[in-house]
Amino acid sequence: MARMKFLCDSERCIECNGCVTACKNENEVPWGINRRRVVTLGDGMPGEKSVSVACMHCSDAPCMAVCPVDCFYHTDEGVVLHDKDMCIGCGYCFYACPFGAPQYPQSGAFGQRGKMDKCTFCAGGPEVDHSEEEFKKYGRNRLAEGKLPLCAEMCATKALLGGDGEVVSEIFRDRATKRGKGGEMWGWGSAYGKPEQKPESKKPEVKS
Amino acid sequence: MRKIAIAVLVTALGLSACGDKDAVVVYKQGSYSGKTDGKPWENAAFAGDKARWDGSIRARGQTQNESKRIGD
Repeated sequence: MARMKFLCDSERCIECNGCVTACKNENEVPWGINRRRVVTLGDGMPGEKSVSVACMHCSDAPCMAVCPVDCFYHTDEGVVLHDKDMCIGCGYCFYACPFGAPQYPQSGAFGQRGKMDKCTFCAGGPEVDHSEEEFKKYGRNRLAEGKLPLCAEMCATKALLGGDGEVVSEIFRDRATKRGKGGEMWGWGSAYGKPEQKPESKKPEVKS
Repeated sequence: MRKIAIAVLVTALGLSACGDKDAVVVYKQGSYSGKTDGKPWENAAFAGDKARWDGSIRARGQTQNESKRIGD
């Protein structure tokens, strides 16, 4: 059984935001909502790294654990989806998610919050496949067409990989082996910077 | 006698915290009670053929591998 996962190769991501645009267009995501976004670490500094982030479809998803109305479910393929008809827009999942994946449409005045929206791995939702209702609520169901999420499929540098975890890791392993670096992916160094190096002690100049 | 009473009181106070329950929050997965979702292969395109769907997904996955698609 396929286990759907995303993997973003920070050695390749060029922060073009193509994945963000593709997602918005494919799923006709409303204004103000970004199911996917590109985060850059050390922007403008030598060695900056960018990574495309969306719902990571966690195996033990915190959003599922905190939802007071239990509107989340896991599909057999490991995709985390939710029923928008049950969602009360409380925002608990937003606080629980370590990736900031849940998004809320700002409908009406006074910052009124709508029902939660997030990346569906292009798998639609709990409506009849390819129905108008499914598209309106959850976006396109590419998985039911035998396709993978568009963000990953159209990534120009193939930094963002998506699909069966085994296939994705096989591609990445092969790539990291060939280029000889980047296999460490998200190490402490990438996330929090390299440990400070002690300044080299200068030897006192000897005057002749 | 008074010393014993004080000792008993201090011991009782000291041990009173031992009955505290663990205050760490343990999250439990809820049980989904919304609409049921169909399988991605149960539609007109795949007509319930899971193997064909698996093959399609696997093939699409491999198109992301430029080593195989274009060659080294």
